[in-house]
Amino acid sequence: MTDQASLLPGTLDLLILRAVSLGPLHGYGVLLRIGQISGNALLIEQGALYPGLFRLVRQGLLKTSWGTSENNRRAKFYELTAAGRKRLRQETDNWNRLVTAIGAALGAQAEEV
Amino acid sequence: MKVLDRLRFRSATLFRRSRMNAEMEEELRSHIQHRADDLERSGLARGEAEQSARAEFGGQLRVKQECQEAAGGTLIESVWMDLRFAARMLRKSPGFTAVAVVTLAVAIGANAVVFGVLNALILRPLNVPQAQSLWGIERGNDKAVNQSYPDYVDLRDRNRSFEDLAAYNVAAVGLNTGNNPSSAWIMEVTGNYFDALGVQPYLGRYFHGADEHGPNSAPYIVLTYAFWHTHFQDDRGVVGRVVQLNKHPFTILGVAPQEFRGTLVFVFPDFWVPLVNQEQVEGVNVLDARGNRGILMVLGHLKPGVTPSQAATDLNSVGSYLEKAYPKDDGQLTFALARPGLAGDWLGGPLRAFLTGLTVLAGLILLAACANLGSLFAARAADRSREVAVRLALGSSPMRVLRQLFTEAVLISLMGGAAGLWGSVQLLRGLSVWEPLPTAPIHMPVTPDANVYLVALLLSLASAFLFGAVPVRQVLHTDPYQVIKSGSTGTVRRQITARDLLLVMQIAICAVLVTSSLVAVRGLLRSLHSSFGFEPQNAMLVETATSMAGYSGDGVPAMQKRMIDALQAIPGVKSVGMVDRLPLYYGANSTHVFTDRTSDLRPANATAEVVVYNISPEYLEAAQTTLLAGRTLTWHDDKNAPRVAIINREFASKIFGSATNAMNSYYKIKDGSRIQVVGIVEDGKYGSLAEDPQPAMFLPVLQSPSSETCLVVRSNGDPQQLGAAIKTTMRDLDAGLPFTIRTWRQELESALFPSRMATLSLGVLGALGAMLSITGIFGMAAYSVSKRKRELGIRMALGAQRKEVLQTALGRAVKLLAIGSVAGLLLGILASRVLASIVYQATPRDPLVLGGVVLAMMLLGLLATWIPAQRALSVNPLILLREE
Repeated sequence: MTDQASLLPGTLDLLILRAVSLGPLHGYGVLLRIGQISGNALLIEQGALYPGLFRLVRQGLLKTSWGTSENNRRAKFYELTAAGRKRLRQETDNWNRLVTAIGAALGAQAEEV
Repeated sequence: MKVLDRLRFRSATLFRRSRMNAEMEEELRSHIQHRADDLERSGLARGEAEQSARAEFGGQLRVKQECQEAAGGTLIESVWMDLRFAARMLRKSPGFTAVAVVTLAVAIGANAVVFGVLNALILRPLNVPQAQSLWGIERGNDKAVNQSYPDYVDLRDRNRSFEDLAAYNVAAVGLNTGNNPSSAWIMEVTGNYFDALGVQPYLGRYFHGADEHGPNSAPYIVLTYAFWHTHFQDDRGVVGRVVQLNKHPFTILGVAPQEFRGTLVFVFPDFWVPLVNQEQVEGVNVLDARGNRGILMVLGHLKPGVTPSQAATDLNSVGSYLEKAYPKDDGQLTFALARPGLAGDWLGGPLRAFLTGLTVLAGLILLAACANLGSLFAARAADRSREVAVRLALGSSPMRVLRQLFTEAVLISLMGGAAGLWGSVQLLRGLSVWEPLPTAPIHMPVTPDANVYLVALLLSLASAFLFGAVPVRQVLHTDPYQVIKSGSTGTVRRQITARDLLLVMQIAICAVLVTSSLVAVRGLLRSLHSSFGFEPQNAMLVETATSMAGYSGDGVPAMQKRMIDALQAIPGVKSVGMVDRLPLYYGANSTHVFTDRTSDLRPANATAEVVVYNISPEYLEAAQTTLLAGRTLTWHDDKNAPRVAIINREFASKIFGSATNAMNSYYKIKDGSRIQVVGIVEDGKYGSLAEDPQPAMFLPVLQSPSSETCLVVRSNGDPQQLGAAIKTTMRDLDAGLPFTIRTWRQELESALFPSRMATLSLGVLGALGAMLSITGIFGMAAYSVSKRKRELGIRMALGAQRKEVLQTALGRAVKLLAIGSVAGLLLGILASRVLASIVYQATPRDPLVLGGVVLAMMLLGLLATWIPAQRALSVNPLILLREE
């Protein structure tokens, strides 16, 4: 528990987009994929995922279709739309810029100021 | 296009709601199945796996709600859900719902009625084009609107602020359209009246300023729509017809539109007649008398861009011209503008004060109702604390729970508001067709309009938020674990809570209302038994105006003498006397008097303003007004005899210092005549029942004639039996003379009308206040008993006596009742000062009133705590302890 970082507000959408960008996923699959690509460092509350998915669908960034999962169960699959792909690129760039800036700020030494 | 799409999307979401719901459920089920598959793979049994998958997931309901919100279009949906849930909750507790709805219906209904009257009589302007620029002229020095005709003409021709100025008077006439003499109420108006107001005829044409060529030159009639409808059956051929008005031929020119009913809000005339024909209409002509302010009101539209204060300055310069030009008739003349509908401050002042008072009281009632419902709601929220706690524990946000509670509050208040509005609309409609005084064309045109509906809606919503807000803190501070563990919060708080304050406030308001209504009732009773200066018992009144049958000059007193003699001859009649205008009948005529030494008779030099009655010699006997000194008048006090008068005691002491000084002394009236005092009578009530003693004088009708005739017929027994004989006698004298017959008792109803209305409204409000307090105290007491049942049971099991049990259960409610009553009583005593202007000798410093208030509040407390007390006493410790 303690070694899992809590999510920064607003980053859930980015993570979902990223997870889905690797291939269509159902809801539970999104959770697993996020765990997998973050090396199990990020824990997402199961209940919090769905409002996020619905929000992204409403914004037209994800599209849905019903299909059969690897467990042979009926499931709703999410995949990126073109807009979603574009948004993911933008948000990733934004994120990288932010991380660089904050990293620089935090790494700054007294004499450099 | 985009908007349309979005709309379509929104409505589509609404329609697809159930499908979406099902999909969402399936998706979540699928999620849990997948999780359970994983858990099963890690070694759990299937059942166990599914169970813990569900537990991990948490509150599905909340997730679904949040998903719906995230999917958009859901505000409507969740509000709809809230509404359905609220309706279900209210159905589940019908008693609570009924009490709440009725309470609100009564409170909002009361406010809607008061506002409806305020709106119709004060806020709504007269029904003429550009009503906002229509102003009446009020004399600045004495706040009266009446003017003399010559002054009106000067004001009209010399001002530079008004488009045009018109004037009108109200009068009664005899109308004969065939063979049916009857009396009608009319407005005598200047020729330019309709043009100045800017109203268009419905049928035919109006008369104009150009139709006037001196006295009696314009025998024309314009009918009101209502009179045309009732008396001419909507006959369009009525235009051009000649009818007999006071036995003079008048031509009907046209009909006014239905919505124009004259320029006084609550006097509906039957038709309009040019003022230049005043002599034919009223039998007298004061068109040249500058000192006779017999014109009821002057009014007109301001020119565009002229402000009321600029207009007043302009009028004042005309006033100072008149002052210089006619020092004898026009004393200091200053003017102000006033809204014409209520004749300026003359009627508007008291009415506005009264309605303001009513509005405040009605507002207090609504506040009390809200306080009441607030505590009921808080009690309900506490009773539901388990439900609230469960919902919070399952992950519902406090905002969501609060929204739910507010939805319930709004639902209740809308239901209550609708019911209240319905009731008040019925009442207002009833008031609108009501004619409170049988002898006058008085109406209360208070038909509700959109404003009333709007105010009722706003009041409903405002009260919902007022009482809905009471339990907010309680909900926000709910600790779900604590509540679920220990059952409902059974802690008894000893500190003063907001709820207690609300209840005290409410009881205080109720006590204020009870106090003021008792004060008003006492005042009314006292005024019924005070000395009027005449005896209304066993007296019939025959009212007529000789002008209605065309009498004039010396014919008037001769006819009056004939009537007196003829009525006197009826068996059973003790005495008959005549007076021009009854005391206490829509205000009294008054005039300036001067000391005998005064030679410059301008109003500023007058010693007093005196009520004046023109009477026949027998009047004092017929009215049973006691003669204190000197002699009564005789039929020999005629034109050839020196002028004499009988004065009242107040006159004697005010002008002459004492009755002995007054006897046989002289004073002067406006026209310069010297009048000798030959008798002194007791004081009476002349203008209103609430007035202080006024100086009055009684002049012989032969020396100061009057067309207005009121015959007082005093009988030995029941005067009602004389009715038929009086009618035949009057008809035999002149079949063309319209008249009315009433007992003097009935006539007094109109004088008592204002104080009756005040008492009635206060009584109703007082009863409402009491009802609200009862439910308030009842709610609190019942709540405290049910909360502390266990404690009471234990106390009883340990041997507590009934008295102690009651003290525990109800002590707090009773204490609050006492505090509230005392506070309310004190406030009520202060508020009663306002009442003194309407109700005769209204004083709260009256042991009966004080005792009455205390008794009423005690009764109220007893009533409110009776059931909770029974409930507390019937607690059976055995059953109770076993249950828990």
